Amino acid sequence: MRLSSYRRELQNEIKRLIHDPVLLSIVVVIFALLIIFIIFPLVKVVQFSLWPGGKFDPKYFLNFFRKTYYWRPLINSMIVGSLVSLFGTIVAFIFAYGITRTDIPGKGIFRLIAVMPIVSPPFLIALAAILLLGNHGVITDALRLNWDIYGLPGLVLTETMAYFPIAFMILEGVLAKIDPSIEEAALDMGASKLRTFLTVTLPLAIPGIASAMLLVFIRSLEDFGNPVVIQGNFQVLTVAAYHAVTGMYNMPLGATLAIFMLLPTLMIFIVQKYYVARRSYITVTGKPSGVGLKSTEPHVKYPVLALMIFLSGVILLMYGVVLFGSFTKIWGIDNTLTIQNYLYVFKVGGQYVLDTIQIALIATPIGGVLSILIAYLVVRKRFIGRGAMEFISMLNFAVPGVVVGIGYILAFNTPPLRLSGTALIIILVFIFRRMPVGIRDGIAQLQQIDPSIEEASSSLGAGFFRTFTRVTLPLVAPAFLSGLVYIFVRCMTAISAVVFVVSASWQLLTVALLYEVDQANLAAAAAYGYVIIAIVLTAIVFMRFVVERLFQKGFSPIARE
Amino acid sequence: MNDLVVRFEHIVKVFSEGTHREVRAVDDFSLSVARGQLVTLLGPSGCGKTTTLRILAGFESATSGSVYIEDRCVNDIPPQKRETSMVFQSYGLFPHMTVYENVAYGLKVKHVPKAQIKRQVAEVLSLVGLEGLERRSVGQLSGGQQQRVALCRAIVTKPKVLLFDEPLSNLDAKLRKGTREQIRRLQQELGITSIYVTHDQAEAMSISDAIAVMNVGRLQQLGTAEEIYSRPANRFVADFIGEANFLPARIIEVGDGRVTIRIFETEITVEQDSTNFSPNEEVEAVVRPEAVDVIEVDQGDVNAEILFSHYTGSVVLYALKLPDGSRMEVQVANPKERGLLPVGARVGLRLHRKSIHLLKKEL
Repeated sequence: MRLSSYRRELQNEIKRLIHDPVLLSIVVVIFALLIIFIIFPLVKVVQFSLWPGGKFDPKYFLNFFRKTYYWRPLINSMIVGSLVSLFGTIVAFIFAYGITRTDIPGKGIFRLIAVMPIVSPPFLIALAAILLLGNHGVITDALRLNWDIYGLPGLVLTETMAYFPIAFMILEGVLAKIDPSIEEAALDMGASKLRTFLTVTLPLAIPGIASAMLLVFIRSLEDFGNPVVIQGNFQVLTVAAYHAVTGMYNMPLGATLAIFMLLPTLMIFIVQKYYVARRSYITVTGKPSGVGLKSTEPHVKYPVLALMIFLSGVILLMYGVVLFGSFTKIWGIDNTLTIQNYLYVFKVGGQYVLDTIQIALIATPIGGVLSILIAYLVVRKRFIGRGAMEFISMLNFAVPGVVVGIGYILAFNTPPLRLSGTALIIILVFIFRRMPVGIRDGIAQLQQIDPSIEEASSSLGAGFFRTFTRVTLPLVAPAFLSGLVYIFVRCMTAISAVVFVVSASWQLLTVALLYEVDQANLAAAAAYGYVIIAIVLTAIVFMRFVVERLFQKGFSPIARE
Repeated sequence: MNDLVVRFEHIVKVFSEGTHREVRAVDDFSLSVARGQLVTLLGPSGCGKTTTLRILAGFESATSGSVYIEDRCVNDIPPQKRETSMVFQSYGLFPHMTVYENVAYGLKVKHVPKAQIKRQVAEVLSLVGLEGLERRSVGQLSGGQQQRVALCRAIVTKPKVLLFDEPLSNLDAKLRKGTREQIRRLQQELGITSIYVTHDQAEAMSISDAIAVMNVGRLQQLGTAEEIYSRPANRFVADFIGEANFLPARIIEVGDGRVTIRIFETEITVEQDSTNFSPNEEVEAVVRPEAVDVIEVDQGDVNAEILFSHYTGSVVLYALKLPDGSRMEVQVANPKERGLLPVGARVGLRLHRKSIHLLKKEL
């Protein structure tokens, strides 16, 4: 009986889908896109690794364990990932605690500084580290030190600075949601502040801390920009795969290394999503009160404040030194100020600027609309394969950029889908790599909107298309536009996946920056960095202006309860 | 009036989570609604009334069974093609549109000429007293006004069936009564066949041509307000609609359209269809609190002792202990006239003969 009613519901679902041709065709088209541009490249990676030359032959796979040269980068990546995850989460926790749980001044500025590394090209930090601590670095010279920033110390330093903002955003949310009355209850029963922190606050934050550590670990593991600049002889997996593909043209080896990058990130992603996220106490007790218990004791407040000032100083110093470096003649040798680097960027790299902006402007709206459409289908529609659609479209959240890049050159190098060398392949990488965040935000936004608004539209006779364009899209417009900004920013700053698909005819700013670093032309690299930052900031300011103009009427699309 | 606009036939809706857990939200539900009638689905939350309404609108599909609108089976017709309009509990107004744009939306979808849209919108807004607010954004309106915009938006397209999903539950009590009258008046004037979902029995009873009482997904009774109150089909309906005392009684004699019972050592003859009853059967007598007179001790059918008195001004509700130890509630209207009785007082109770309703004992 149970099974039969389940089967009948399933039949009804299929029938409904067939009777709604617009929805059906959209679902089919999206599935086709997801399979071609997400699943197919991953399948290709596995195929090239295990079936090199068409026959099953696990020699590359087995060789991985035999030769130190192959498995050492994996160990190195793990070491870097663990350290970065630990230090990044500690730094993030200090910032999050200071902002949500104390009454220190200047919270807005600290917050801004803490999220700054998100909107800049990630490896700008590595460049800054070289300018500060490298052979001709400001600090190296000033203190007459004789050290080597390249290798493990540089990797840990730069990735910690680059990825602690992700942990910060998670921990800030978690700490802000811990109901202060729980802490007050502990204090009421006579526990000291420290005891309350250790026995109440910290345990409640543990799921959040675990999430933060895992995500930072993934980010570190898949980071390509910083290691390629600063790894020195401490080879990590992403760079090893890059060299295998672009230096040795050894596709099976590159694919094999990609698999060993993919396995841990996928595992961690699943652990984080299905295990840690479910342990959260916050969602169970969750009354977001916003106001935390503010600790005002000087012995808590001032050490936290001092640490935050120090860390913020380090971040500002890094951005400052890159800015300064972009105006020097030859970094470390002739530090006279000049604007020749910027002239150089526009003369040599002018085409790159145009290419990058053009590609970003094409990828952004397509990616944005596709994300919202998928979010809409997942939240509002019931159809066969809805769960699969959500899973596949979110998959690239866990797949390292290097794996995506290798997958794309393997998948789209031969007919019928010969895309290598075109702008289209870069656009596709951007769209399908940035979609998960757009979908996640779209889902969150749609869940806030009363479904009866859309039901009203269809009960008044409007079909799927009209309801989506006239009702849903205007209602999610604010989230949609900020999603567009996010995609645009990531297009401007991304490197790890696209480095594989750029070509002589289509070049990107980030890749040009990397080239200058490679040529030891640090001043020009710094200028490229600031050109990117300027474009990103312009886009953010412009979008904010547009949003304010469009929505000054001030409707609230959120359903009133 | 045999012209049926809506027909539910053996509707079953199962919500399943995979193959191992399932909930039967609607269970073998059948109902017909004639043209121009307003039928209310009434029941406690979770009884399946909203699911039934949403199956009619097309937002949910029935697991089995069929829905007909004007003799056309609409099982596989998407909501936008069913010509039903819903007034939602949360109104579901388009927050990014003005009052005019909200009401005109359904007409625009139907490609009605612009001039005609203008006329029809003005017409319908004036019906509910919202003329002059066309340019307002719906966010600037009060709750009651928003509710009326939602109503206008639903009726302006002249749907075959108008659906109401607890439309008044977000209004305060005073406003609710006025809006209730307005909905009923409009519905009758325009002659729109309507299905109305509510958990508020007073709302249901005042507004409906017929009420379908639902519980755990099943139709319990279909009848007018008077029928479901005075002749409830079962214990659930008797208990859910108003207050009820269930008193044990034994059947002495069964006649044509009359049943004689023994209750509290007294023999009473009740006017009721007797076909289901047989002599010597144990039954339950439904006695409404207001259908009992409180009189001098030893003067009535039974004596009782007052345990508690709930004085609310217009009435006083006495909780009483009967000789067998069971509890009964009796309501006395206008207590000022008769004087309040103290807790512990012994009184006599006399049951109103005509108001007693007998139910088969439920196992």
